Amino acid sequence: MRMWQVFKNGVLDENPTFKLVLGMCPTLAVTTAAANGVWMGLAVIFVLTMSNLVVSLIRDFIPDKIRIPCYVVVIASFVTIVDLLLKAYQPEMHAKLGIFIPLIVVNCIILARAEAFASKNPVLPSIVDGLGMGVGFTVALTLLGCIRELLGAGTVFGIQVLPAAFEPAIIMILPPGAFLTLGFLLGFFNWAGKRAKQLS
Amino acid sequence: MEYVAIILTNILINNFIVSRFLGICPFLGVSKQIETATGMGIAVTFVMTVASAVTWATERFVLATMGLEYLQTVIFILVIAALVQFVEMVILKTSPTLYQALGVYLPLITTNCAILGVAVINVQEFYNFGQSIVSGFSAGLGFTLAIILFAGIRERLELADIPESLEGFPIALISAGLMSVAFFGFQGLFSAFLS
Amino acid sequence: MVKLDNLVVSSSPHLRSGEDVEKMMWHVNLALLPAVVLSVYYFGFRALAIIVFSIAAAVATEAIIQKATGKDIYIADGSAVVTGLLLGMNMPVHVPLWLPVVGSVFAIAVVKEAFGGLGSNFINPALAARAVLLAAWPVHMTSYAVPFVDGATHATPLSILSGAAQGELPSYLDLFLGNVGGVIGETSALALLVGGIYLLVKGVIDWRTPVGFLGTVFVLSWIFGGNAGLFTGDPLYHLLAGGLMLGAFFMATDYVTSPVTKTGRLLMGIGAGAITVMIRLWGGYPEGVSYAILLMNVATPLIDRYTVPRVYGTARKQLARR
Repeated sequence: MRMWQVFKNGVLDENPTFKLVLGMCPTLAVTTAAANGVWMGLAVIFVLTMSNLVVSLIRDFIPDKIRIPCYVVVIASFVTIVDLLLKAYQPEMHAKLGIFIPLIVVNCIILARAEAFASKNPVLPSIVDGLGMGVGFTVALTLLGCIRELLGAGTVFGIQVLPAAFEPAIIMILPPGAFLTLGFLLGFFNWAGKRAKQLS
Repeated sequence: MEYVAIILTNILINNFIVSRFLGICPFLGVSKQIETATGMGIAVTFVMTVASAVTWATERFVLATMGLEYLQTVIFILVIAALVQFVEMVILKTSPTLYQALGVYLPLITTNCAILGVAVINVQEFYNFGQSIVSGFSAGLGFTLAIILFAGIRERLELADIPESLEGFPIALISAGLMSVAFFGFQGLFSAFLS
Repeated sequence: MVKLDNLVVSSSPHLRSGEDVEKMMWHVNLALLPAVVLSVYYFGFRALAIIVFSIAAAVATEAIIQKATGKDIYIADGSAVVTGLLLGMNMPVHVPLWLPVVGSVFAIAVVKEAFGGLGSNFINPALAARAVLLAAWPVHMTSYAVPFVDGATHATPLSILSGAAQGELPSYLDLFLGNVGGVIGETSALALLVGGIYLLVKGVIDWRTPVGFLGTVFVLSWIFGGNAGLFTGDPLYHLLAGGLMLGAFFMATDYVTSPVTKTGRLLMGIGAGAITVMIRLWGGYPEGVSYAILLMNVATPLIDRYTVPRVYGTARKQLARR
């Protein structure tokens, strides 16, 4: 039961994108299409879960003073693995995500979970926390990618959704579209949250 | 001419923040006041310039000579973290005033993706030593320009009667979006001379 | 003994001129009228349709949002009309009619009301919406028409001047009167000058911004605008062409999004002029007035901050330390 709580916390209550507003760079940069969001999310799920696992395993051995550099090395190693895996098996996606794959290292969510959760909890909850946060991040990126792709290209996951008469607003897949979409999504969730509280 | 191209691209045409999305966290987090934004901008510019030089040397003399390019991410982030620590110590010893002004920003800089970003871009673009330094410095200036302009806007928004649901991050992101629209004006600038 | 009831304690300003936001906005609308009339003369009733759609959408959006957020509905202040009118005037005549509607909704809902309504937005709503439309539907927004010719699209004088398009440059007289290609409200320098001078005489706008803007464009395009070397440019052509008059008199002078200090207003004009020339001569677009004003809007809080006048009687150094 507690595991489910930990997982749900990452996806909903403390969603890294919509509630904690962390890891903004990839969130804004790669969400020009829904598929990009999914792959970025998958990469982060892998790194987050594995780094939480390892950090939790070694949490009793590393001296307190140098713990942050240790975490960074752990995270960077898994980022390198993801980088090489994507390059080998998904070269097209690897090219699209570009510089933002190595930059997963400095994604604040990952270091934040290592420091705030995995360094204080046993292995199993740490894995679940990594999964939950990762899934929360993926859901957010995919949602953002869907909206931007739909309005900016008329498609979702590359499939034509809107009728051909719809003229895509190219700006949605340009930088301003990222800022505006995320801004209004956050505003919408604030509003919906307040609404739900009022009703209950 | 290549240097001019790098500078113009990093500051105006392809600004690190409003068009490349590098360094968004400090951009949103440390932009509530012009003073703190300026401090962050100077600190980032300084670290970016030094980091560009150091990571260039690391790539050239360590990773490339030993065939360890695949370790780039791990080594670069360690180098940057060590560098930031070192800079902090040096500033503390040599100039307490400067430390008071910049000290608080330094720990935040390690996880600023603009620093690692510029280091990786330098390698991808095959910049030489001089170009790398210019690239790092001008990327920092681009960051500083954007964050100071943004801080001015946010100070102004303090007085505005913003709808409750949009207060805070939402309105900051919307403002950044409109700012990024304005920066479209620099698109293609001097392309006739630079290409 | 003075009767205390007659003494009113209130904060400044104590002297009022009888001018308020509402009157100012209607002055602006009135000043734009000559240009609107000429645009209908040159481009036909479709130009009027675009302007009407744009204004209607702006006013309706404002009313709906003010109702939804529980504010007093106050569309009669004319500010939404100004925004809709300026946006409509900034469109080519052949755009589909949903375009001005989408633009006005964006201008009012996102650029203005999301920030708290009149007086709170940091960037000019009409111009921001135009820039967004230009980025979203570039083909529609850059298919300019020639006056009196139905359906044909044509290069603007500035795109010919910059070498981006082929064609013969129109004469100065045609430019002055507005008998050239472009967005519907910008072509006639004459009509816009008449409106601009009206606003100056009425004291609605400050001379510093338009004079700084036009002066800078004149000087810089004279120095750098020619192909035969420095000081061989054609400054008069640069003054009359494109959206310069519309921008300098009606959009760079917007109270809300431009500096309030006198020095600041001059800087606003000079800065916008410099960016305009930079984009026109070396940029990726033939015209840079809109972006120049938008960029100066972004810089306005900083300009205001660093051009605060010295308080009378205080030493200069105190200001420097601020």
